[in-house]
Amino acid sequence: MAGALDVLSWACLLTGSFFALVSSLAMLRLPDFYSRVHGASITDTMGAGLILLGLVFQAGFSLVTVKLALVLMFLVITGPTASHALAKAAYRLGLEPVIGPEEEESPSQT
Amino acid sequence: MEDLKREGHDFASSDAGDMAGDAMMGNVRPALNLLVVLFGMWLLWSGHYTTQLIGFGLVSCLGVVLLCWRMGIVDREALPLDLTWRTLRYIPWLTLEVVKSNIDLAKRVLSPRLPISPQLVELQATQKTDLGRITFANSITLTPSTVTIEARRDGRFVVHALAHEIAQDLRNGEMDRRVSRLEKVEKPESAS
Repeated sequence: MAGALDVLSWACLLTGSFFALVSSLAMLRLPDFYSRVHGASITDTMGAGLILLGLVFQAGFSLVTVKLALVLMFLVITGPTASHALAKAAYRLGLEPVIGPEEEESPSQT
Repeated sequence: MEDLKREGHDFASSDAGDMAGDAMMGNVRPALNLLVVLFGMWLLWSGHYTTQLIGFGLVSCLGVVLLCWRMGIVDREALPLDLTWRTLRYIPWLTLEVVKSNIDLAKRVLSPRLPISPQLVELQATQKTDLGRITFANSITLTPSTVTIEARRDGRFVVHALAHEIAQDLRNGEMDRRVSRLEKVEKPESAS
């Protein structure tokens, strides 16, 4: 029983770490500020989410679980708010996003 | 979202001014809710269940509620935790979307060709309440590969999407419809 939980826990922790790693890679590879914000949100969601889930399995189901769940809840609310504040500030200050090539598509409203 | 918050606050304060008289009576229920939630939080965070510590907790929570009451910020907005059946169905859907979009974005980042094509998308959101629009804006931003840049009160959203397919998904408006369905149970805002 404990063995199965450990395996599950480590699977979550490692997958979470992998996504955090991908997120930092994204920061390096993506071309401009706005697209890097997308890269950072990988850590906010998959990275933090999976690592916290892994820790829940480590802690067993107790008050600690509740606290970890609350931490996740706060992250889920504050993460996007911070990303949005950054993106909006950049947009208001006139930072132009890099726009990718148009593919054949219905004429867009933008 | 900044706009929404600022305007929302103005509305809240003017509202409090209007009914200064019966605000005291009208706010008993929200105040009790706030007290229950705060005290529940205390119990969950503390983990020490002695009479003395629980007493301290109760006094602190009462103090906070009293302060909020005197500041006139005890209302529905102060505690928007509507855990309805619809919300319970929305959260798993959103989680699944976030996971799918994470995997998609990870693939794009790890692919040597870096297959991205950033777009700005203008959307017309259909939510009727501030809370609905904020839920929508936060849901968009929570999903990697879409970030809300502007969210106006009239429902005009500017969203940065990382690729055409993602922009197209946004225009299809499934998330918008789901968030709008969330708020149908709430009574529409009384303010014009």
